[in-house]
Amino acid sequence: MNETKKVLESGIEVRPKYTYEDIKAFDILKEIGDPGEYPYTRGIHKTMYRDRLWTMRQYAGFGTPKDSNQRYKYLLDQGQTGLSVALDLPTQMGLDPDNPMSLGEVGRVGVSISTLKDMETLFEGLPLDRVTTSFTINATAAMLLAMYLCVAEKQGVPFEKVGGTIQNDILKEYVARGAWIYPPEFSLRLIVDTIEYCTKYTPRFNPISIAGAHFKDAGCTCVQEAAYTLADAIEYIKAVLSRGLNIDDFAQRLSFFFYTHNSFFEEIAKYRAMRKLWAKYMKERFKAQNPRSWLFRFGVVCGGSTLMPQQPEVNTIRVAYQALASVLGGVQSMFTCALDEPFSIPTEENARLALRTQQVMAFETGVVDTSDPLGGSYFVESLTKEMEERINELVMKIESRGGMVKSIKEGFIQKQILEEANKKEKRVSSGETVVVGVNQFTIDEEERELTLHEYNENVAKEQIAALDEIRSMRDKGKVKKHLERLRAAAKSNENLIPYLIEAFRDYVSIGEVCGVFKEEYGVFEQPAII
Amino acid sequence: MHHRKKRILIASPGLDGHDRGAKLVAYALKDAGMEVIYLGIHRTTEEIVTAALEEDVDFIGLSMLSGAHLILADQILKKMAEYRMGDISLVAGGTIPKKDIGKLKEMGVSLVFPTQTPLDKIISELMEY
Repeated sequence: MNETKKVLESGIEVRPKYTYEDIKAFDILKEIGDPGEYPYTRGIHKTMYRDRLWTMRQYAGFGTPKDSNQRYKYLLDQGQTGLSVALDLPTQMGLDPDNPMSLGEVGRVGVSISTLKDMETLFEGLPLDRVTTSFTINATAAMLLAMYLCVAEKQGVPFEKVGGTIQNDILKEYVARGAWIYPPEFSLRLIVDTIEYCTKYTPRFNPISIAGAHFKDAGCTCVQEAAYTLADAIEYIKAVLSRGLNIDDFAQRLSFFFYTHNSFFEEIAKYRAMRKLWAKYMKERFKAQNPRSWLFRFGVVCGGSTLMPQQPEVNTIRVAYQALASVLGGVQSMFTCALDEPFSIPTEENARLALRTQQVMAFETGVVDTSDPLGGSYFVESLTKEMEERINELVMKIESRGGMVKSIKEGFIQKQILEEANKKEKRVSSGETVVVGVNQFTIDEEERELTLHEYNENVAKEQIAALDEIRSMRDKGKVKKHLERLRAAAKSNENLIPYLIEAFRDYVSIGEVCGVFKEEYGVFEQPAII
Repeated sequence: MHHRKKRILIASPGLDGHDRGAKLVAYALKDAGMEVIYLGIHRTTEEIVTAALEEDVDFIGLSMLSGAHLILADQILKKMAEYRMGDISLVAGGTIPKKDIGKLKEMGVSLVFPTQTPLDKIISELMEY
């Protein structure tokens, strides 16, 4: 007999068999409810994908706004149903392409945006009342939202018809992704400003997508990913409530974002458990009355750090299983990574195959025909319950330490994640964790060379020239006035979004705006944790 | 004769903020008996090179994941030449496609470790260098 224990990363032991005995201790009907009913363990809609598939939203963007505009049109032609904009690092860090720190990075990992002109080009021929757009943008999320709304204005689309999402989750940047600018206090103020603004003027736009994904890719477990994300959400809710908004005013606009990695049932249980916990937190703790405020709406990315450079074709298979787990977990929007992403952003061909992975599942397999097909499974329900308990326990632990902002400033979360990443690394190098093509089933790949996306070295020159042209054409007096107004508004308690919209309308650049805020509020200093 | 421990400075130059790999390598090298100075992310060329001089290291280890490694390494190498730091070796790790490994070495990078290089290999190559 093989007596080896099977233990999930989250520390839960998987038994060889599950029976009625494993779920009879809890009131299963009350615990899971029906799909579309509180506590939503089985999904936020009654009929789930029968009526409406998840949004297929491939993360894309590179080079100039024109390059990316063409890629978006291509992906939409191929059946993608929403846009997801990847921005380059200077844009994410609030720097113009001509800043010395931008050297080598302009248009590299995403598209370069510095003035409204870039944003206009990015969405040329893409009516903002017909397509929804997600922006992976954090430190400069308020700025990108303002620019997007300026484009809507130019296209004649009323703000209330503009749909989309900005990630706008700075807390995880301090811990796991590193694209921060300002200290937490001013960053949180920008986030509350966007939530307040969207609540009033853009009811179809999600002003935040609270992300566990980056914790996960930095090395943590499913339970940690879920708990840190919920703890972040609690911080954001508290900040917005202290602005004077009611929970039901904005709760429906909060959305979430995660990585689905390889541990199939653990991932499914994670999503089911989080949905239930969220509903409980919102109803019982924050006293939200509107059932829509209880709904845990989330997107996922499949791939990330599970993608391997060895035998890259195998990545397509990994991603397909991860995508299936996401759908069985009740996802609302999905990005499936392409096989060549361990090396660079994907080629058009590989991006298409990644989209096809979702389409095969949606249109050929029948997994979408009924809501929560795993509901009632002895194993899945038992695992969901255990995940729920462990996630909740960790959320409460962080709360008792004083919350996420405090835990981050003290380096507590960073240490936990690093510890997990270390364990994971040791399991792979010892062979305890099998990685196909890496520590087992390897081949000699010396001679193989994949055709990769090539970075266009001229992008920086083109973007700097375009910015120079804008600078020479715009009204300098107006620019100065806008920057002064922004500075004054930043010092006051006023909502900054209307000021940002006014400034971008007159082609003030992102670097100029962020520079003013830096002068007023400084930059975040990372705590030393090594 | 007294052999001092080998010293390495690890930093992420430029704007990218992903630091899982850099931290894992830093820990592994420390475990293996090296002195590790971890400078973290968002570091400028000047900050990295100055810190390397002050800390009197044997290696500068750059973690680069955005794809800008050729430009970033070139900047550091130029600054190292300017400061006459011929006794310090530059080592690069991260998302580096095969075709760029040779280019980096020609430029003067001593060792290149693309993602998924086993930690044991990184340790032994640095120890034997």
